Amino acid sequence: MAGVLAALSAFLAQALHLALMLAAAPLLTGFVRLLKARILGRRGPPLLQPYRDLWKLMRKQPVVAANASSLFRLAPYLHMAFVLAAVALVPSFANGMSFAPLSDLVVLIGMLAAARAIVALAAMDVGTAFGGLGASREMTFAVLAEPAMLMVVFIFALLTGTTQLDLTLSVLRDTDLGVRVSLALALIAMVAIAIAENARIPVDNPATHLELTMVHEAMVLEYSGRHLALVEAAAMLRLLFWMSLIGVLFFPYGLGRGADPLGWPLGLALWAAKVLVLAAALALFECAIAKMRVFRVTEFLGTALLVALLGAIFLFLSTSLV
Amino acid sequence: MLTAIALAALGLGMLGPVGAALARRPFGNAIVYGGSLALSALIALAALVHLAGGAGPVAFSLPFGLPWLGVHLALDALSAWFLLILGLGGALSSLFALGYGRHEAEPGRVLPFYPVFLGGMALALLAADAFSFLVGFELMSLASWALVLASHREAESRDAAQIYLGMAAFGAACMLLCFGLLAGTEGDYRFAEMRAAPPTGLRASAVMLLALAGAGSKAGLFPLHIWLPLAHPAAPSHVSALMSGVMTKVALYALARVLFDLMGADQPGWWGGIVMAVGAASAVMGALRAVLERDGKTLLACSTIENVGLVAIGFGLALLFRGREPGLAALALGGAMLHALNHAIFKSGLFFVTGALLVATGTRAIDRMGGLIHRMPATALSALLLGMAMASLPPGNGFASEWLLVQAVIAAPRIDQLAFQVEAAVVAVAMAIAAAMAAMVAVRFLGVAFLGRPRSAEAEGAVEADAPMRAAMLLASLLCVLLGLVPSLPLQLGAPVLRMLLPGAEGARLAGGWIGPALAPESHTAYGSLALAALVVLGFMATVVVVQRLAVPGHRRGPAWDCGFRAAPTERPWGNPAAQYTAGSFGQPILRILGRPLLAASEQVEMPEPGETRPARHQSGFRDPAARFLFAPLQAVVMAIAERVNHLQFLTIRRYLALMFGALVTLLVLLAALEAR
Repeated sequence: MAGVLAALSAFLAQALHLALMLAAAPLLTGFVRLLKARILGRRGPPLLQPYRDLWKLMRKQPVVAANASSLFRLAPYLHMAFVLAAVALVPSFANGMSFAPLSDLVVLIGMLAAARAIVALAAMDVGTAFGGLGASREMTFAVLAEPAMLMVVFIFALLTGTTQLDLTLSVLRDTDLGVRVSLALALIAMVAIAIAENARIPVDNPATHLELTMVHEAMVLEYSGRHLALVEAAAMLRLLFWMSLIGVLFFPYGLGRGADPLGWPLGLALWAAKVLVLAAALALFECAIAKMRVFRVTEFLGTALLVALLGAIFLFLSTSLV
Repeated sequence: MLTAIALAALGLGMLGPVGAALARRPFGNAIVYGGSLALSALIALAALVHLAGGAGPVAFSLPFGLPWLGVHLALDALSAWFLLILGLGGALSSLFALGYGRHEAEPGRVLPFYPVFLGGMALALLAADAFSFLVGFELMSLASWALVLASHREAESRDAAQIYLGMAAFGAACMLLCFGLLAGTEGDYRFAEMRAAPPTGLRASAVMLLALAGAGSKAGLFPLHIWLPLAHPAAPSHVSALMSGVMTKVALYALARVLFDLMGADQPGWWGGIVMAVGAASAVMGALRAVLERDGKTLLACSTIENVGLVAIGFGLALLFRGREPGLAALALGGAMLHALNHAIFKSGLFFVTGALLVATGTRAIDRMGGLIHRMPATALSALLLGMAMASLPPGNGFASEWLLVQAVIAAPRIDQLAFQVEAAVVAVAMAIAAAMAAMVAVRFLGVAFLGRPRSAEAEGAVEADAPMRAAMLLASLLCVLLGLVPSLPLQLGAPVLRMLLPGAEGARLAGGWIGPALAPESHTAYGSLALAALVVLGFMATVVVVQRLAVPGHRRGPAWDCGFRAAPTERPWGNPAAQYTAGSFGQPILRILGRPLLAASEQVEMPEPGETRPARHQSGFRDPAARFLFAPLQAVVMAIAERVNHLQFLTIRRYLALMFGALVTLLVLLAALEAR
């Protein structure tokens, strides 16, 4: 009986988690935009503007380029499917949700890579220069971001003995690892990767249509209507995904358990606080820094990779000393 | 089962002369490829039965061959696994060739050698003594050399064949010396005898290095990979598929046979460090070159170097873990074996795709294709599925095996030595870079060849491949999807290999659609391929349903937006095809970032003076470091020696006789000295 209840509770947590992520993703984007506008001294769009934008796009009939294949029309759905699956696996307020056994960090890297490859292919489909440019740059950034991310996973696996996110979180929450230099280095690397993955300043500018500076926007330039709505919604979800991931990995304290609903309110409050703090930091950072040239990005991501590698080596040294 | 496979190998060998006789007949094609298809399928089936039945090793010997040796054949789990790869790859290639072979300009240069090539590989895999193994190995090398020369009118093919022959000779020499050292002074070349008395100390290390050089040069491991991107693409496409998909695996089999089986488990762990380093270098260099190559078949051959490197990393990790962490050794070796199988299938399939493209457009340069998804939908669909497998994206089969390898490398720091720990971290970085570049290779290949607008008149007028070719491509992609969804199935099948090569890895059993946990219980991690795929499908369906509810239906067609790019004129409805990204421009960022430090890449822009009307030109290129630092100096040394000893060719007969006599006396003295000791 207790087992059934626990499974039911884990399922409830999973459903609540997904619903919250879906509902909160546009809100987060709206919050970041509003905050950025206020910092720059503008009034800014209302907080709920992203919902309205998505709704507007949904109600517009898409215009598809004459020579686009069916891949082009299928891609937004496939992309969304992979992002949704990834979002379902990263805990927000409680771990031990129904899908927890699937939540392997290496698999998550693979899911994001698959989502990226699908959009890059769709970008090549119309045969425009911008599509190719965006696809080429996006895939290039991944060549540096993916190893850095794997190094972060490597560090967590060394500390907790597993790459499974759910077990990792349990270990991080329930045992005292003390303050680790490696984790600080991993955090630096992870933030840099998240900035690149979400196409934020200084790697990319989500608001620009200035042709030669855009990467992600260049890939989805040909999309309109419901297709664009899906791509934009996936981008919003991805931002929340990365903030939740950073939040749970580096500040797992107070994270609830899927089988124990009494701990959820605290977990929910902490999740909201973590995401808000990260969003505020992102807005401040984006206002304070200029976008870099494309070939400087490799230095930015290369540094992230080296910092993460350094973190792993620090860990080898410190564990062999003990 | 052994008899069936041996007979099939013999049958393949005999199909060669049949092919020579029937080359000019219209039905020769069907007989040779149909026969190869049947015999390869028989080999695959027999290997499958042997693996699934869990039968122990079987052996028999024949009374011919070397007088004191005979021919020894044996079938154990390791050879059965690779025979399965050979059978599958051979059957698929033969099926493809039923259609593709009809477009062959000179069938007389392909038909006699193709079955012999397959038969040679089967003999190498079945052999249980060094002599038979080398006969099979050499048969494989020579037959494939003849096949590389099939288009002998192209200077490129001739050069490739020459370099290939040289490298094959080098590899065979290394293997010969390796077996010589293994046999010891007693000189028994049966594998059973070698296994009974494994070498120790310095000699063992020499054997390891020779096996790595010999098998590694055949498999395309860095820095002996230089011939591979030249030779594999030069052969007809179904042969390229066999060379990349299966022949490299025969070489990996030789490596595994020597390192894990013949030399026993009692060998130093640092070997693993060397094999891992070589594998990681191959993975990165192969993937990097694949991003930069503009010829469809060459870039696939470079990606083969990458994948062989990944398998070698698995071998290295297994050597490192062997005797210390048996579960993790099984994880690494299981990943390597699975990746060998996966790569054989997806790379064969992709070479079929390039073959179909070659028939349809008459070119191998992907920059002259484009938009083929509209005209070759079946080819495009299989290319997409196979490309996703090559890119190691979930839920493809490439991801499953790479996941196992990544798990093994992440667990490597348990070996409590700082050097190995740092190496593991660096190898993990190399693997991730290679995987990300593999995804880039796939997107670039698919995007430039199949998507976008047609870049040439040939691409515009291309027609879909014929039925056998389509069947082979779709079958290969279907196998990839299947292996990706249930990777535990082939792993379960391969469990006897792990038990045979890793004594103490009894736990190599697997459960359900989940891989990982039973293979290495201590890693607490699993990859649920089927559940994950179901989750993605669920997400897809939910998205479709929600969008259908909310959005307005239908869509309109219009000219591409492209930030207000000028609409195309009516005579060119899809605009100027030159105004899209090419293979070269897609790889340019990588050329600058990684190509400059690793491949000495260069870019020159030639700008005309203001007022001049000639176009500006941009040139870029790169040189493989192995060619610059290893082969060029080597070539110089060989040429210098040849120059010096050239005068030996112009001596009188007296001097030749004197030389011979001198050599005889020297050898006799040597023998006497050895006897005296």
